[in-house]
Amino acid sequence: MARQEAKKDVVIVGLGWTGAIMGIELAQEGLEIVALERGHDQNTVPNFQYPNMIDELKYGVRLKMMQKPSQQTVTVRRNEGETALPYRSLGSFLPGNGVGGAGTHWNGLNWRPQAEEMRLRSYIAENWGEQIIPEDMTIGDYPVTYDELEPFFARFERVAGISGTAGNIKGELREGGNPFEGWRSEDYPMPAMPSTWDGVKFAEAAKAAGYHPFPSPGGIASRAYVNEYGMQMGPCNHCGFCERYGCFQYSKSSPQTAILDRLKQYPNFSYRTESEVLRVEMAADGKTATGVTYFDEKAGEEVFQPADIVILATYQLNNVHLMLLSGIGQPYDARTGEGVTGKNYGYQMNGGVTMFFKDEHFNPFIGTGANGFCIDDFGMNNIDYGAEGFIGGAYWRSGQTNGQPIRSMPLPSGTPTWGAGWKRAVGEWYGHAMSIGAHGSCMSYATNHLDLDPTYTDRHGRPLMRMTFNWNANDIRQTQFMKSKMEPLAQSMNPDLMQSSFKKEGAQYDVRPYQTTHNTGGHIMSATPDTGAVNRYSQAWDKHNVFALGAGNFVQNTQYNPTGLVGGLAYWTAHAIRTQYLSNPRPLV
Amino acid sequence: MTDLPGFPSRRSFLKASAAGVAISGFALAATAQPAPPIQLDQYQPVFFTDAEWAFVLAATARLIPSDGDGPGAIEAGVPVFIDRELTGDFGTAVDWYMQGPHNAAADPLLGWQTPLTPAQIYREAIPAVNAWCEQTHGAIFADLAPDQQDTVLTAMQEGEVELAPEIRDFFKILLQNTKEGYFADPIYGGNAGMAAWAYIGFPGARAAYKEWVGRHNIAYPLGPVSISGDRA
Repeated sequence: MARQEAKKDVVIVGLGWTGAIMGIELAQEGLEIVALERGHDQNTVPNFQYPNMIDELKYGVRLKMMQKPSQQTVTVRRNEGETALPYRSLGSFLPGNGVGGAGTHWNGLNWRPQAEEMRLRSYIAENWGEQIIPEDMTIGDYPVTYDELEPFFARFERVAGISGTAGNIKGELREGGNPFEGWRSEDYPMPAMPSTWDGVKFAEAAKAAGYHPFPSPGGIASRAYVNEYGMQMGPCNHCGFCERYGCFQYSKSSPQTAILDRLKQYPNFSYRTESEVLRVEMAADGKTATGVTYFDEKAGEEVFQPADIVILATYQLNNVHLMLLSGIGQPYDARTGEGVTGKNYGYQMNGGVTMFFKDEHFNPFIGTGANGFCIDDFGMNNIDYGAEGFIGGAYWRSGQTNGQPIRSMPLPSGTPTWGAGWKRAVGEWYGHAMSIGAHGSCMSYATNHLDLDPTYTDRHGRPLMRMTFNWNANDIRQTQFMKSKMEPLAQSMNPDLMQSSFKKEGAQYDVRPYQTTHNTGGHIMSATPDTGAVNRYSQAWDKHNVFALGAGNFVQNTQYNPTGLVGGLAYWTAHAIRTQYLSNPRPLV
Repeated sequence: MTDLPGFPSRRSFLKASAAGVAISGFALAATAQPAPPIQLDQYQPVFFTDAEWAFVLAATARLIPSDGDGPGAIEAGVPVFIDRELTGDFGTAVDWYMQGPHNAAADPLLGWQTPLTPAQIYREAIPAVNAWCEQTHGAIFADLAPDQQDTVLTAMQEGEVELAPEIRDFFKILLQNTKEGYFADPIYGGNAGMAAWAYIGFPGARAAYKEWVGRHNIAYPLGPVSISGDRA
């Protein structure tokens, strides 16, 4: 029999970005709130302090800030015919762990989606006709528009402290910003960060080619900043330890720098760490949740936490897992296309070019996660899908994030991987290379989905979640298109040597090399209960007091890094709960 | 100096000691007190047996050789690093999902599927490679000439040394660990004197470059510092 805690108004599962946002917004309503965090507690001091955080082996390679597969992981297969095997050690994607979640160890790249991406199916139908959408491509329109979300994107950017140069303020194009972005009601809260040499070289070449370079937008403070909660950021010193690390000097935007210390001051908010939620419990009628059962690591026992509202704010994969385990939404069946939970799992299709300049000095250790310049000339709203034969787009960026030598050691292709030749090459080429990356879209397909694994279980005996995912020919055509455009631009920069890395036709998903932690979908938003697991307010269609936040809501992934949309949707949902739900709890659609 | 069984080259070892002295002398001029360099011949492995240690010394000495500019794996203390890693969280796969059933022969693209931990792979693979060397070249790996050792390592990398699926990734793991020990902070036993960082021009844990962001295409002038505050 599980121990039972005193009832709360709200239980939040997971204390990362979305959990912290929901916590502070609902705490302002005077609600009694408890957040349950699977991992450990952590804060800038003492956990991210200099010099111990500046440790590539511990954090960059051994991944000590990440989710431990021994505690939680998935199984992976590329198609229905394959037997899924556990993702035993981390490679392709790196979910976070502990208070702050992945929001502590991200690079800080913060984007809004394009308006066209939010209504992709309609945008295609209007311009080329729906018949160009392949049959197995399950893309749709988000049931909420860019215009509706705009104030919430702006709010998240103000809270998180984003630096950048606006390209479109209320429809008026601004020199130096991204002319292809959606409209903004206001400029970025902070001016753009300065760029290192690689980004500037890229921007000059892009401009000469007729493209429209602009500084990368990021949650990296370009100056001292105080947000609406009174949380303070200090200007970044370009230490080159963003991704996979906590920021030691309050410069990278995170739940710790933007929200948590203020949230902890609310007497009606509390949080418990080492508290792993096992399932959401349901009322007898099945129409509402009664709370959650979690495993209290310190006590070594299961605990029932009753609550009137359940907020699922864990990482995308873990949210979908909890929903499948708890019977929230009918599980998606890839053979019939019926069901909703686990549907439209998405990822990201990236590629790039590396250039070597033997007489130039890039000092690659000087960097931030959101360094450099971008172009959006090949973005989703700039591609003629009908003519090019694929649906998708990519933004390009050049800007070094780190020069950590175990992992960041680009060498000319053909260089020996060991021996005298390798040793000579690391001496010769370290610091003399730069790259351009294409960060591309990955559409939703009937074949890419999430369900429960029939064989493997976690330490609590729960089935692991099974990921069925492979690269699709449409997205490979997208990345090959980027290659055809990027190589001539790189060539125009006259490198001594250059090499490309883009997926080719027939590429199979490989879980070993790091690719991106932009896992999306699985509890997508939908206009009707039969097409997605949650409505436009992230409210479970079939359990009105359960709200599921995060990138699981994405109908299809965007071409951008997901945090801006995740943060915007969290504020949108918080607003709906505050203004519509609390006074009259019910299905909001 | 004690004789190390199968140690490939006394010359490179002498060079390592000399490098150690040179680094100590330089660092003493700085304010921080340097950690004394680990003497490989006096190091008592925690994980490796004598035979395994001889293999690791010999193999890492070929993976990053001592000749030419920059330290080799031996001068950098890479074998010490690997020995320590294998007794820790990495060697015992403590963070990984290790429950069965296992399919060690699965498509490599599906990642780590062997039931063995990294430490167990070293333990099982070293005798298997030595047996292959005896059969093919008439001696265990550590007793082969350097060019024969290179031939064996190439054969391992190309999958020509047949290893059971459970240990098939041994070469990849050994090479990865060797590079980690070369470039990780010296607190882990490798990268002695930060000589590998100094060689390539990585400033280590300096982590403060605000005034350098805008200085484009100019080589950064300062040498590395370590987490424990040493300078090189």
